Amino acid sequence: MRRRPLAADVAVLALLTLYAVPFLWQLLTSFKPEAELLRVPPLWPSRLTLEHYGVVFAQSAMPRALANSLAVGVLTTLLGCALGVPAAYAMATLRVPGAGALMLGIVASTAFPQIATVSPLYLVMRGLGLRDTWAALVLADASFALPFVIWLMTRFMREIPRELSEAAALDGAGRWLTLLKIHLPLTAPGLASVALLTFLFAWNEFLFAFTFTATEASRTVPVALALFPGVFEVPWGDIAAASILASVPPVLIVVLLQRWLVRGLLAGSLTE
Amino acid sequence: MTGRERQDRRAAIAFVAPAVVVLAALTAGPALWIFWLSLRERLPVFGVDRLTGFGHYAFLATDARFWSAFRVTIIFTIASVALELVLGLGVALALRGQRVGRRSALSLLLLAWALPGVVTARVFEWLYYPAGGFVNVILGTPLNWLGSPTLALPALIVADVWRTMPFVALFCYARLLTIPAAVYEAAAVDGASRSATFRFVTLPLLGPVLLVTLLFRTLDALRAFDLMFVLTGGGPAGMTETLTVYAYRSLFQTLRLGFGSAIGVVVFLLVMLVAAAYLRVLRRQDATA
Repeated sequence: MRRRPLAADVAVLALLTLYAVPFLWQLLTSFKPEAELLRVPPLWPSRLTLEHYGVVFAQSAMPRALANSLAVGVLTTLLGCALGVPAAYAMATLRVPGAGALMLGIVASTAFPQIATVSPLYLVMRGLGLRDTWAALVLADASFALPFVIWLMTRFMREIPRELSEAAALDGAGRWLTLLKIHLPLTAPGLASVALLTFLFAWNEFLFAFTFTATEASRTVPVALALFPGVFEVPWGDIAAASILASVPPVLIVVLLQRWLVRGLLAGSLTE
Repeated sequence: MTGRERQDRRAAIAFVAPAVVVLAALTAGPALWIFWLSLRERLPVFGVDRLTGFGHYAFLATDARFWSAFRVTIIFTIASVALELVLGLGVALALRGQRVGRRSALSLLLLAWALPGVVTARVFEWLYYPAGGFVNVILGTPLNWLGSPTLALPALIVADVWRTMPFVALFCYARLLTIPAAVYEAAAVDGASRSATFRFVTLPLLGPVLLVTLLFRTLDALRAFDLMFVLTGGGPAGMTETLTVYAYRSLFQTLRLGFGSAIGVVVFLLVMLVAAAYLRVLRRQDATA
């Protein structure tokens, strides 16, 4: 194909910057002095301030929510991988009885709408006395994390040549050892992508978190943000600051870990 | 079966069992349970729990609020997915020849996709704010976007397209990168115009990706919840109330577990219909890959 001029590249970057304006506006709002929030134009404030972040950290449920979200995200990812990776290994390399139907069920369950599983899960959590705990959220999030991990990791592990595991078996390595010494290292980049996406989904999850939490003890970031209180009027600056804090992990993932994010996303729904 | 095969089988089951047990409890179980719940009248506050058969479904068939939510869900899904596909394809084509700042371009693009839905809702709530919100300032309009019965649904759709278009763009872009330059050189040698090249070379090659993305995005739009729940709460006057929001309100605000579950079942069936098509396409593409 013909190489296009540099100006076209710059134009595309400019357009994509415009596309990000809704978020950038929220970012700017979070640094605006209270008095200037609704005094637009001018779009750019007379000075930038951290006062909204001060309010969010000192007076809102956000700090606790950030800790809850981090914990739920990490624990969901760990649980999903701990159960999902061995299952994927078996699906990819061993003869699992009913493997076809099982895989179909696993992939189908990634499509289950949360609104359909939330009422039974609510009764389960209540029955187990898990309401308003991290455990409830980790378990509920595992309902989408686990099928996702199994589906993708099975695909990645299928690409490992059989001869490698057979050679390991000849050397007397058991299956666990083969998984640990051969399949895990060879699929490490894929596993990183899968773990990253699982964390992101758990971090962003709202419906389960909104339903199974009751107090600050377990409320995650999206819930705290949805319930962000305003006494007399909507505190747009504080909400903007809280939104930016809620966006830190997704932004870091998109900017710094983009390669892994993209690989996981493409593997998730595309066939090569 | 030899001893070795039996041993293999047992090992396979041991590896899969924990995941299968947890999945059965968290996905398959609830999926069956909700059908059962939808056949019951269950009001935890009043201690009511009895069978009503298909009573809830019979009620839904004549429930104006249900049909309104159904209509909103379908309009939201079709409009949102159609816009995403067209815009996403456009962005992918624009990105294809990008040589400078590719990573930054993808960062700017994927940012909207990666944010929590609640953040997107809060961002757009502020953009649409009638008195001094960004949209009215830029357009010079005095409109109450989220409060107007005619504007609220389009405003919601714009917010949804904003956050989901990047997903479509990424998929199309990734596919475009795998089309060998030789294909285009051949088209150029044959004297194909730009539009002819797009129509007869690029579009057919993108077809399978577009189909998969279309189906995946459709099932995702049908089950969307967080954006509308936080941005408009279904208002004004139910103009943006989707089936998921109606189900949630019935389940956890009016606390009618049985009735809310019946709406949940409707969403489930709609989504699984699309999912079945999606799986068929994936399998066919897997078979030909």
